[in-house]
Amino acid sequence: MSPVIPIQSVSRGCADAPVLKERGQREVFCGLTGIIWLHRKIQDAFFLVVGSRTCAHLIQSAAGVMIFAEPRFATAIIDERDLAGLADCNEELDRVVTRLIERRPEIKLLFLVGSCPSEVIKLDLSRAASRLSGRFSPDVRVLNYSGSGIETTFTQGEDACLASLVPVLPPSAASAPASLMVVGALADVVEDQFARLFKQLGIGPVQFFPPRQANEMPAVGPNTVFLLAQPFLADTAVALEARGATRLPAPFPLGVEGTSAWLQAAASAFGVDAATFEAATAPARDRATSAVARQRTQLAGKSIFFFPDSQLEIPLARFLSRELGMTLAEVGTPYLHRQHMAEELALLPEGTFLSEGQHVENQLDRCRAAQPDIVVCGLGLANPLEAEGLTTKWAIELVFTPIQGYEQAADLAELFSRPLVRRLRLAA
Amino acid sequence: MQLTLWTYEGPPHVGAMRIATAMKDVHYVLHAPQGDTYADLLFTMIERNAKRPPVTYTTFQARDLGGDTAELFKNAAREAYERFKPQAMMVGSSCTAELIQDDPGGLCKALDLPVPVVALELPSYQRKENWGASETFYQMVRNLADTSLKRAPRDAGQRARCNILGPAALGFRHRDDLREISGLLREMGVDINVTAPLGASPADMARLGDADFNVVLYPEIANVAAGWLKRTFGQPSTRTVPIGSGATRDFIHEVAELAGVDPAAVLANAEARAPWYAKSVDSTYLTSKRVFVFGDATHVVAAARIAAQEMGFTVVGLGTYSREFAREVREAAALYGVEALISDDYLEVEARIAELQPELVLGSQMERHIAKRLGVPCAVISAPVHVQDFPARYSPQMGFEGANVLFDTWVHPLMMGLEEHLIGMFRGDAEFHEDAAPSHLGGAMTPKAVVAPVAPVEQAAANETLTPQEATWGLDAEKELRKIPFFVRGKARRNTERFAIDRGVSLITVETLYDAKAHYGR
Repeated sequence: MSPVIPIQSVSRGCADAPVLKERGQREVFCGLTGIIWLHRKIQDAFFLVVGSRTCAHLIQSAAGVMIFAEPRFATAIIDERDLAGLADCNEELDRVVTRLIERRPEIKLLFLVGSCPSEVIKLDLSRAASRLSGRFSPDVRVLNYSGSGIETTFTQGEDACLASLVPVLPPSAASAPASLMVVGALADVVEDQFARLFKQLGIGPVQFFPPRQANEMPAVGPNTVFLLAQPFLADTAVALEARGATRLPAPFPLGVEGTSAWLQAAASAFGVDAATFEAATAPARDRATSAVARQRTQLAGKSIFFFPDSQLEIPLARFLSRELGMTLAEVGTPYLHRQHMAEELALLPEGTFLSEGQHVENQLDRCRAAQPDIVVCGLGLANPLEAEGLTTKWAIELVFTPIQGYEQAADLAELFSRPLVRRLRLAA
Repeated sequence: MQLTLWTYEGPPHVGAMRIATAMKDVHYVLHAPQGDTYADLLFTMIERNAKRPPVTYTTFQARDLGGDTAELFKNAAREAYERFKPQAMMVGSSCTAELIQDDPGGLCKALDLPVPVVALELPSYQRKENWGASETFYQMVRNLADTSLKRAPRDAGQRARCNILGPAALGFRHRDDLREISGLLREMGVDINVTAPLGASPADMARLGDADFNVVLYPEIANVAAGWLKRTFGQPSTRTVPIGSGATRDFIHEVAELAGVDPAAVLANAEARAPWYAKSVDSTYLTSKRVFVFGDATHVVAAARIAAQEMGFTVVGLGTYSREFAREVREAAALYGVEALISDDYLEVEARIAELQPELVLGSQMERHIAKRLGVPCAVISAPVHVQDFPARYSPQMGFEGANVLFDTWVHPLMMGLEEHLIGMFRGDAEFHEDAAPSHLGGAMTPKAVVAPVAPVEQAAANETLTPQEATWGLDAEKELRKIPFFVRGKARRNTERFAIDRGVSLITVETLYDAKAHYGR
C-alpha cells in the first residue's frame, strides 16, 4: 500500500484487476464451430475438417441440424484403416479433396481444418495444403488451420482461420496511401453500415477482412492500419503486424460507447477533425442512444453472470454495465488477452469479478450462490439452469446475430431483456 | 477416410451418453478434449432435458499431451465421484483420447472407488452411436446384474414378470413408446420388473434376473444385452417390435405365450382406429402410393410392413444406415421385391430417392430435407432426432395408439389440407388453383396469364431427329398440363419430360403428355 493517499483518485477500472484462473471441465465449443459462420461469410470458400465422426457430429449439432441441403463444409472422417497405416492418410486426403473439387467446381478457396485427432496423429495439413494447392492452382487455393479443441476455444477457430489467410494477402505498394482494414467477420449489413460511416468520416480506403469472396483479399503492408472488430483475434493481429500493419487500440464496437470509441480510434489515426466526426456519427449515435435507453428500463439494476464462451464477454459486460446499468456478478472468459482488452478492462467497474478458463462445476456453484437475474451460458447449460429457476441467454446467439455498431446497439440490449420479459410474461 | 456432409449417427461415446443419461445414479467420466461437451446440448436442447447429462469431460488440452493426461483423468474421476456420489461409474474415451491410450478403466481401478466402475471400450474409428449405445448397455447389464438371483418357477396363477429393455435418452419417441407398451403389458396382466436403461438405477439393474422374460423394444440398443440375459438367466425375449397394428397384435400373441396369459381380451379392447381409418372410403386415394422408406433398421422394417399391409401403399425402395442390421433390412426388402440400400452416405440416399421418384418418403430428418428439395411429401419415422421429434403431446410409435399416430403422421403430408379426391372433382374451380388466395383470407388473386412455351415450336420440331437432352413443351401440351391439378402437375411435368427424353422426342405434344400418363399410370 502506498503511504501517500492520492489527492485525486482516477479509476483504472479493471485494468490491473485480479483474475480467477480456473482449470477443469470446459463447457464450450471447440474452434471447428467457427466454420458455421465463416462459410457463410466467405461465399466461395469450402471448409474440409480432417477429423473424426465426433467432429462431423459436432458441426451438424451446433449448426442446428442441417440448415443447408449441401453446405460448404464437410468432414473427411479418419477411419481405422488410416490409423492402422493400411491407407496412407495423405493419399486418402488427396482422393477426398479431388472428389470434392470435382463435385463443387465453384469452390475457389479450400481450408483443410485440423481437429483433435488430426493433431494428435500429427497429420501435417500444411504440407497437404501446399501439395494440393500446387495441384489445383490457379483454380483453387488450399490453406490449412487448426480448429481443434486441444488448441482452440470456439471463436479462436475464426482467429486461426484468418491468421492462415494473412500470409497470402497481397502486399500493398510501398507508395500506397494509408488504408484501414477492419478485421473480424461481421454480418454483411453491419459491414455496410460501417463502410458508410467511414466514408462520411472521409476515411479510406477501407477493406474488410475476411472478404465476402476469395478473390477480394485485402492488400496489407506498412501503410495498413487495422481495427479489430472482434475481440478474439490474437493470432490474426500478430500475423498482420508481422506484415507491417499497425493495430489501432480501441474498445470493441459493441454498444453506443464502444462503437463511438472504435470509430474515434480510426478517426484519430486518419486525422479526422472533431466537427466532421460529430457530423458523421451524431445521427446514428443519437438514434442508438435513445433506442438503448428504452431497453434500460428493463435491464437497469439487474445482475448478470457470464459463463465463458466467445471472448465477447468483457466488451458485453462493459456495455451492459455502463449503458444499461446492470450489475456484473461474474464475467467469465475462456481467454483474457490483456493487451487487446486493455481499453475494455479500463471501462469495467472496479471490483468486477473476472474469471478465465473454466471449471464448470465450481462456476455453477458460484452462479447458484449469486442467483443472478440473468445468466449468459452455452447451450449445454441453458435449459438445466432455466429448470432451476434462473433466466438464461444463449451465448451462441451473440456470435451469430449482428450486434456491432450503432444500429444494432438496441438489438443487442434486447437480446438480454427478452429472456427477462419472457419470464415475467410466462409467470403472469 | 470418408467424405461426410451429414451424419446419421454420432460417435459411439454419444451412444454411451444416451445410456448414462437415461439411467439414474450413474456418472460417466469421459476422457475427452474441450469441445466434446457439445454432446450435452443434444440432451438439453434437442430432448429438452431439465438436467445436464451425468457426464464429466476431462478437457485435456494440447499442452497436457506432453505431460500427464492420465493424472488429469484420475483427478476428474475422483472429483466427479466426490461431487455426484453415483451408485456406479462409467469411464471411457472419446475419439481423441482413444489415440493417446490412457486406459481410463485401469486408471479408475487404481482410484479404488467404493462403487462398481464399468470401463467402456468403444472404438471410435470403427463404430458409431447405436453400436456404442448397445455395447454400453450390454456392459452395464453384465456388470451390474446380480447373477446369484434366480427367478423361482412360477406357481399356477402367479402373474408373469418381465423386463423392458431398450428405451434410452435421445431415442425416437422412446418416452411415449415406453408408456404405451407398459400400459399394454399391465393390461395383459404382466408385471414389469425393471425398465432399462431409461429410469433404471444400478440397484434396479441388479434385479434384472428376477423376471420371466424380456421385452426388447429397440433391438439396436438391447439385443446384445438380451442375449446375455438369456444365456445367464434363461430369460427369453420378444422378437416382434410392436410398431403398427399388425405388429402390435403379433407382439401381444408373443407376450401372451411367454407369460401364459390369454390375449383375447386385450385384442378385443384395442383402441385401434388406424385399421378402420385405412379401410374407410376416404382413404381410397392412398392406394398404391409409391413410398420410399429409410432410417434405423427397426423403424424401417416396421414402417415398410405398415406401408404395404396397413396403408395399401407400394414400397418402391427401402434402406437403412444401420449396417449392423443390414441382414434384417435386406430380408424385409425382399418381401417387397426391392433392393435394400445399406448406406450412411446422405448423397447416395438422395440419389436413390431422386431416381425412384416416390410419392411419399418415410425417413429421418435427413430424408425430410432431401424430400423437401425434390418436392416430395415426407413423414419422419426414425432417428437421427431433431427437436421436433420430441413433441409436447403424447405421441408414441408403438402399440395401438402408435398405429393411430402413424396413420395421421403419414397421411397429413399427402393431404396438404385438402382431400385429394375433392381437389380432383373440383379442379379448375375458382377456389382450387395455385394462384388462388386462401379462401379464409377473402379475395381471390388475379390468376396469372398462361405462359407461352419458351422455345419456338418450329425450331424444336426441326431438332426432333436428334437425341435431345431436353424436351420442349408445345403450346397445346403446355395448356393441357395446366389443366392437371397443381399439386400433381410438377410430377406430371417431370414424368412427361423424362418419357419424351427417353424416347428421343424433343417436342412434347398433347399426345406425348397422355402417352406418358399411360406409361407411368398404374
